[in-house]
Amino acid sequence: MDFSIIADNIDVYLLGLKNTLILVSLSLAIGLVFAIPLAVLRTSKNIFISGPINAYTYFFRGTPLLVQMFLIYYGMGQFESIKTSFLWIFFKEAYFCALFAFTLNTCAYTIEIIRGAIENTPHGEVEAAKAAGMSWYLRFTRIILPSSFRRALPTYGNEIIFMLHGSSLASVITIIDITGAARIINSRYYSPYEAYLTAGAFYLTITFILVWLLKKLEYRWLAHLRRE
Amino acid sequence: MDKHQTALSVEDLHKRFGVVEVLKGISLTACKGDVISILGSSGSGKSTLLRCINFLEMPDKGKIIVGGEEILMETNRKGVSRPKDIRQVERIRTKLAMVFQQFNLWSHMTILENVIEAPIHVLKIPKAKAIERGKYYLDKVGIGEKLSAYPAQLSGGQQQRAAIARALAVEPDVMLFDEPTSALDPELVGEVLQVIRNLAREGRTMIVVTHEMGFAKDVSTRVIFLHNGLIEEDGAPAEVFGKPKSDRFREFIAVAE
Repeated sequence: MDFSIIADNIDVYLLGLKNTLILVSLSLAIGLVFAIPLAVLRTSKNIFISGPINAYTYFFRGTPLLVQMFLIYYGMGQFESIKTSFLWIFFKEAYFCALFAFTLNTCAYTIEIIRGAIENTPHGEVEAAKAAGMSWYLRFTRIILPSSFRRALPTYGNEIIFMLHGSSLASVITIIDITGAARIINSRYYSPYEAYLTAGAFYLTITFILVWLLKKLEYRWLAHLRRE
Repeated sequence: MDKHQTALSVEDLHKRFGVVEVLKGISLTACKGDVISILGSSGSGKSTLLRCINFLEMPDKGKIIVGGEEILMETNRKGVSRPKDIRQVERIRTKLAMVFQQFNLWSHMTILENVIEAPIHVLKIPKAKAIERGKYYLDKVGIGEKLSAYPAQLSGGQQQRAAIARALAVEPDVMLFDEPTSALDPELVGEVLQVIRNLAREGRTMIVVTHEMGFAKDVSTRVIFLHNGLIEEDGAPAEVFGKPKSDRFREFIAVAE
């Protein structure tokens, strides 16, 4: 075993780390921003509002992320109308396709996480908000969503970690993320063990930091559940 | 005379859940300073009546008039009765504070945050003033030192007192109590009743759905007994408990005592 090849090529891994972090954080951030209003609409009793969102989350939770990424990266090029439109500027880029697929995927999961938390808001607390004269908007922004986010945090923490690991699929469509870096090193030196163990160490370290941050956030946000 | 000004009136209120008609035409008027106890066995419709007053349940028929303002209702295409303007209902609700059986404090907020929430965001009172007011009412119900605790960290009695402070903080015209002591351990009932008793003494207008006979007898200015969705007995506690007109109320008191 020879880990000096890793030390010599650390710049490849650092590039991979940068790409992984950008892809994951951007897709999570955009996914979350869209997921919040969509989760609220998903709880609507009007089937014309909740139906399409339901179909969307059903599709993206019901198919593998790899298939979704292939559909976007390889599939879009099949349509002449897309190839000749301005959209092709985006869809011809592997980076954009990965980001697009990840965002759609995490958004679908996040909608369901938040929807579950919204629906589990204690009914009495919502009634108290109504009885206090709060409007629909105030009830959501002051009571239902703040309380839902807190309850959703542990589950959403898992989603963040799943997304980090799922992002390794980006390497399949030519992107140099952490896994992509390992593929390069492996093909250059034919030393899969060193290459992928290093990638694993990178993911492990990021996960460790994420778990630590989430724990701190939970400590603060879930203070109301501690009996001291 | 100011004392006899009408704070709230309910006219011919009907409510049904599916095939069950829970309220079959209830009328009552509360004047300023009245403390009305509503008694009745479970299923008599007493909680539903209270919940219809602030539109947590939509009455099917009848009028509700708060401070001289009637809440306008309409019937939609499916024949379901609903308020014409939800903003009117929201505005009226700020004049009617409600205290629930299960307290229903907002669990992610501290006690003080619970109390200042509606004053700041619904009544648009400046934060500093709302905090001052919140602390005043928390002191008044005897939990001024608990203001930074979360509801789950308090006993049931303390939570209910906090909920009463939250209701007081909007300075409502009428307070609605929905079995405020029914979810409490017996040894905690006293502290909450004492708070409600003090409020009654201050001349606040209150409608209290309760099982506490002692409270109804000693504190209220008027007792209403509901049975099967109708008012069976209505009068001053002395006359109602002294010589009940209805046999059912006589049985009800006998069982309770």
